[in-house]
Amino acid sequence: MRPGEGRSQADRRVRNPGLTLARAQMGVKSMSLTHMDGPTDGGPAAGGQALATGPAAAEPLLRLKGVSKHFGAVQALFEVDLDLPAGQVTALCGDNGAGKSVLTKCIAGIHQPDAGQMFWQGQPIHIRSPKDSAALGIETVYQDLALADNLDIVQNMFLGRERQRRFILDEDSMERAAAETLASLHVTTVRSIRQPVATLSGGQRQAVAVAKAVMWNSKLVLLDEPTAALGVAQTKMVLDLVRRLKSHGLAVMVISHNLNDIFEVADRIAIMHLGRMVAQDRASAFDRQSAVDYMTTGGSSREVAASASTTRRD
Amino acid sequence: MAGAGGAGSGRTPEDIAAQAEAAPDLTAAAVEVMPPEIMAQSLGQYLRAWFARLKSGDAGLLPVVAALVVVAIVFEITSPNHRYLSPRNLVDLFSESAVFSILAVGEIFVLLLGEIDLSIGYVAAIGGIIAGLLVQPQAPPSDYMHNWPWVGAVVVAVLVCAAIGSVHGFIITRLKLPSFVVTLAGQMFWFGVMIIILGQAGGFDVSPSSPGNQREIYGIVYRYLDVWLAWVGLAVIVLLIGGSMWMRDAARRRSGLVAPPVGLTIAKIAFLAIAGIVIVVICNIDRSLGTLPVIGVPWVVPLVLAVVGGATILLERTQFGRHMYAVGGNPEAARRAGVGVTSIRMWAFVISAALAGVAGIVAVSYQGGITTNFNGGQEVLYAVAAAVIGGTSLMGGRGRAIHGLIGGLTIGAIYNGLYLLSFQVQYEYIATALVLLAAVSVDALARRSATSGGVARV
Repeated sequence: MRPGEGRSQADRRVRNPGLTLARAQMGVKSMSLTHMDGPTDGGPAAGGQALATGPAAAEPLLRLKGVSKHFGAVQALFEVDLDLPAGQVTALCGDNGAGKSVLTKCIAGIHQPDAGQMFWQGQPIHIRSPKDSAALGIETVYQDLALADNLDIVQNMFLGRERQRRFILDEDSMERAAAETLASLHVTTVRSIRQPVATLSGGQRQAVAVAKAVMWNSKLVLLDEPTAALGVAQTKMVLDLVRRLKSHGLAVMVISHNLNDIFEVADRIAIMHLGRMVAQDRASAFDRQSAVDYMTTGGSSREVAASASTTRRD
Repeated sequence: MAGAGGAGSGRTPEDIAAQAEAAPDLTAAAVEVMPPEIMAQSLGQYLRAWFARLKSGDAGLLPVVAALVVVAIVFEITSPNHRYLSPRNLVDLFSESAVFSILAVGEIFVLLLGEIDLSIGYVAAIGGIIAGLLVQPQAPPSDYMHNWPWVGAVVVAVLVCAAIGSVHGFIITRLKLPSFVVTLAGQMFWFGVMIIILGQAGGFDVSPSSPGNQREIYGIVYRYLDVWLAWVGLAVIVLLIGGSMWMRDAARRRSGLVAPPVGLTIAKIAFLAIAGIVIVVICNIDRSLGTLPVIGVPWVVPLVLAVVGGATILLERTQFGRHMYAVGGNPEAARRAGVGVTSIRMWAFVISAALAGVAGIVAVSYQGGITTNFNGGQEVLYAVAAAVIGGTSLMGGRGRAIHGLIGGLTIGAIYNGLYLLSFQVQYEYIATALVLLAAVSVDALARRSATSGGVARV
């Protein structure tokens, strides 16, 4: 029963070719220089926000309240609050074991929280399975990318949601749609979209994984360590891609503990420590030192203003 | 704790430099294993790209076809009276290879997932026995177990085999046991069941002279298409496959999608037509030893082609097939993409067992019956060898139905040749072992070079 529903849901969303195009046009139009500024503390993120938040500021796309999760005796999450507004990049940081992955998996539907509530555009929701989250428009790009090496780019992007005509795969339309999506994200470095993913570089693989995620009319994209293990040029390419997602109006959550990347792309920063959300605010409210303090000790004496707004929404 | 600040504050310059340096190398390694079809604009470029890939160990079908040609030449020279390439022997070879090919196509479904099915030899025996027994005439008292129409007998045999496969698949997927062990147990179990069914008599015949539907089962291998029917059939096949290939590629070229060069499309269609014509011509030469002419393509040839064609469409043109490759390539990715990994794995074992049933019926037809001497253990190794020789990987994710056909022909060619040279069975084993070893080595080499290309994944 449930799987059948999920499939029809997926099908319905697949048959919506206009969206990719619309988003592509939007992307071209709204690529604004404001987001391109360097990783300085303060100014730029606030400037970017003024542009992007507008309507979303009132009600974030996804709001978590008091989410807790334990595995046996281990309390992985303890009353975590988190807001993910549309059109903004939220960086989720924390040391290893802080609970970033568990929180992500709760949003993605892989784990179910023991307690707490989630609100999608203000409506209370329950995400019980990855299918539920996909149906809402939540897509996750995992650290290990979840691409099949032996399949080509198109096949990977449509994996699990293949278009077909009378039980035969509709390769032409899938290839066209995949090419459009990649073009809309300015991913132009791949030689052929029919090459197996095994032949791609790390950055290209990341780009394909992200493109796969945004292809499905998604509203919220969760990126797990998108720049880990990437070179300089490829990191830049992926960060550009993240900005492009934001400019397409998507809510983006980037899980990372690379401060360079975080301060370069994030509009908002949420920091976890030992399963608790210890700080959550505009990126401009943090500097490098206070962020490190929060990540390592769970508090900061340095930035009084920031710690006052701990776990509060901005 | 202290180290966390360091990790958080980003990469060191050394790291960055190392990564920047490493990047071009990875790209270079990756380019080598690019499939030539998608890169080439012309046939010449295609050949160059193909040669680059050949050096990296993954070269598609041509090496095995070349090996087949070499085998044929060697046996033609060494066989008594040079009768290896005589029409009589070749038709026999086609029929004999049919069993290996159909088994191998089934095995490929399982190998694609990185699993293995060792039971299909004796599952095939069960299928052959069921079909053979159901068409046996029975002296009174009459019962429901005999005198079946042959279609019904075949359908029941294949369904029973599919059910056996679903039992194997159920145990493997639900109890999470390794397929190697479960199907090894299956091999012994169904061997025992085979001996029980065959009973005291130790076997039965399916002969052309006996009444009823036995003749039809026997006729799978020993009845032949009329000459005109073979030509019409060939024309239809070439027009259908070649035509759809041509239209598809032309349409893709027109709309700017990735398509092979025109020359390659033409070459493929020409190869298909020529291979078909050669086979039909060979089969339509009189190969009788007596006075009545024996002419025509055995029915088993279109049967094998149908199995291979059906499996190809299923694997390469449907969502189910796409999911099989995905599960074989990265089961976790497939699971996250919403693919029903368990049901895909289950179906692989069902299909492999069902095709084993078909192969078993062909084997019963070819041997004119079955006895407890049927060596299912050897059949399954031949099937795995055929699949791997054809180019299917034992590690999953890479393989095509056509590999089963070509690999089955190669195994059949060796088997048949050794038989003509009247080698003892022990040398057959040794030869097959060497071939299997060679094929697995090629597979390992291909995989190693593919991994060196895949390092880019990190």
